[in-house]
Amino acid sequence: MPARYAERQLFFFLTELQIFSSLTIKAIRRIFARPFYYREFISQLDKIGVGSLFICCLTGLFTGMVMALQALIQLKPFAATSYVGGMVAVTMIKELGPVLSSLMVAGRVGSAVTAELGTMVVTEQVDAMRVEGTDIIKRLVTSRLKAMLIAMPLLAVVTDTVAIGGGYIIAAGYHISPLMYWKSLPQFMKFQDLIEALVKPAFFGFLITMIACHVGLRVFGGAEGVGVAVKRTVVVASVFILVSDFFITKLFIVFR
Amino acid sequence: MTASRGITMEKVSYTVGGRVILCDFDLQLEPGVNRTILGISGVGKTTILKLILGLLKPDSGKITIDGIDIATLAERQLTLARKHIAIVFQGGALFDSMTVGENVGYRLIEAGEIPESEIDAVVREKLGFVGLEQTVDLYPAQLSGGMKKRVAIARALAANPDYIFFDEPTTGLDPIGVYNIQQLMLRLQGEGKTTLMVTHDMPTAFAVSDRFSFISDAKLVFDGTKSELENSSVAAIREFFSPSAASLFHFVEQEDQA
Repeated sequence: MPARYAERQLFFFLTELQIFSSLTIKAIRRIFARPFYYREFISQLDKIGVGSLFICCLTGLFTGMVMALQALIQLKPFAATSYVGGMVAVTMIKELGPVLSSLMVAGRVGSAVTAELGTMVVTEQVDAMRVEGTDIIKRLVTSRLKAMLIAMPLLAVVTDTVAIGGGYIIAAGYHISPLMYWKSLPQFMKFQDLIEALVKPAFFGFLITMIACHVGLRVFGGAEGVGVAVKRTVVVASVFILVSDFFITKLFIVFR
Repeated sequence: MTASRGITMEKVSYTVGGRVILCDFDLQLEPGVNRTILGISGVGKTTILKLILGLLKPDSGKITIDGIDIATLAERQLTLARKHIAIVFQGGALFDSMTVGENVGYRLIEAGEIPESEIDAVVREKLGFVGLEQTVDLYPAQLSGGMKKRVAIARALAANPDYIFFDEPTTGLDPIGVYNIQQLMLRLQGEGKTTLMVTHDMPTAFAVSDRFSFISDAKLVFDGTKSELENSSVAAIREFFSPSAASLFHFVEQEDQA
């Protein structure tokens, strides 16, 4: 019995992987293909980017503040509190900024995309679009992918910036001079770190969109099916963000 | 060789999760002959519409639209084959994020073959046909169930198709709504459109159809006129029209839910 269960699970996993890969390749191939669906693209950019701005700012602010607080306590015995700005910056820009903002977007946007596409599937709107001659991958997936690839790195930059500002608020409370704080920012950074700071969120955004669209377009079973799909998107996207973060970081270290 | 006009299904089989929906199923839809597909709930009537539209792929068999076998076509080629067909889905399937006008003009906008001003004129004409001109700027959420179905009919008409499929067009409507849909279907037929309907609503089926097809146990068990249907000796049809059909209907529904 366990062998049969494992066989079934493996079959299910491989089938899903094949369908996911096929959808991903088709979505990428359509990025530069006409029609561009500008209206859909702008609408998605607004939902993903502008819509997630507040939650990313909030995440960045408190993460930056707590980072500064912890760093100050650790650096004080070594009389190295002047490096607090640099520590906050390097941690946020390279790691926490991209990961935390992506996790927020996975929860907020990934779930919404799956719910929207899932509802369209169960109410036959996707079938109706196909009958009307629409390439549903181009309209529903690629337009969201393009918007996410632009919005996600920008959201990560905003999160990083707000976090550094939050760190400054705490540092100022501990009588660290503004000049020392801002001068310490680039001390632990290299130019490659800035590239990493943009590549990571773009890749995480890519993962969120593709997982959300894949799960959304494969919804079945009505409202209950949509609920299950939304949960699956958030869990799978979050896990993949954390796992892929390790491998991307490793890759950047190898090519350092 | 001249392609034969009409839609045919030859020895089509379709299975879902080990359950046989259609087995060596044959159907012919001739231009000008308005047909209704009957059968108990869950027997695969909607599946037939989706197979003809290429939304589902058959396991085996041949489905041709005006002589072109669509079972093996890729999505892009299917779009061309579907050009002469439109469908009114059970719930209307209007696009929530678009206005009624955008829904009706959707296919024309997608095709991009005619200017926007002409599309606007077509949209207003089709909405006028279903008596809903005033709803052009509303969203589907602001419409009643009957209005949604009428907008769906207007959307189906916008591309001037030869065949229009109706999936349970009168389900959930009050008697006036049902009458409106029947009248619209008769007007469409009067304008030369061929209709293929799936329904349980027998008064509507008898009001708008020339021929009837009955499915039972994944096969076509009857094909004929209204009088032939009423006098049929096929056991499944007799059961469908007899009082005991109610119990069968509930049994299948329970099975579906399980």
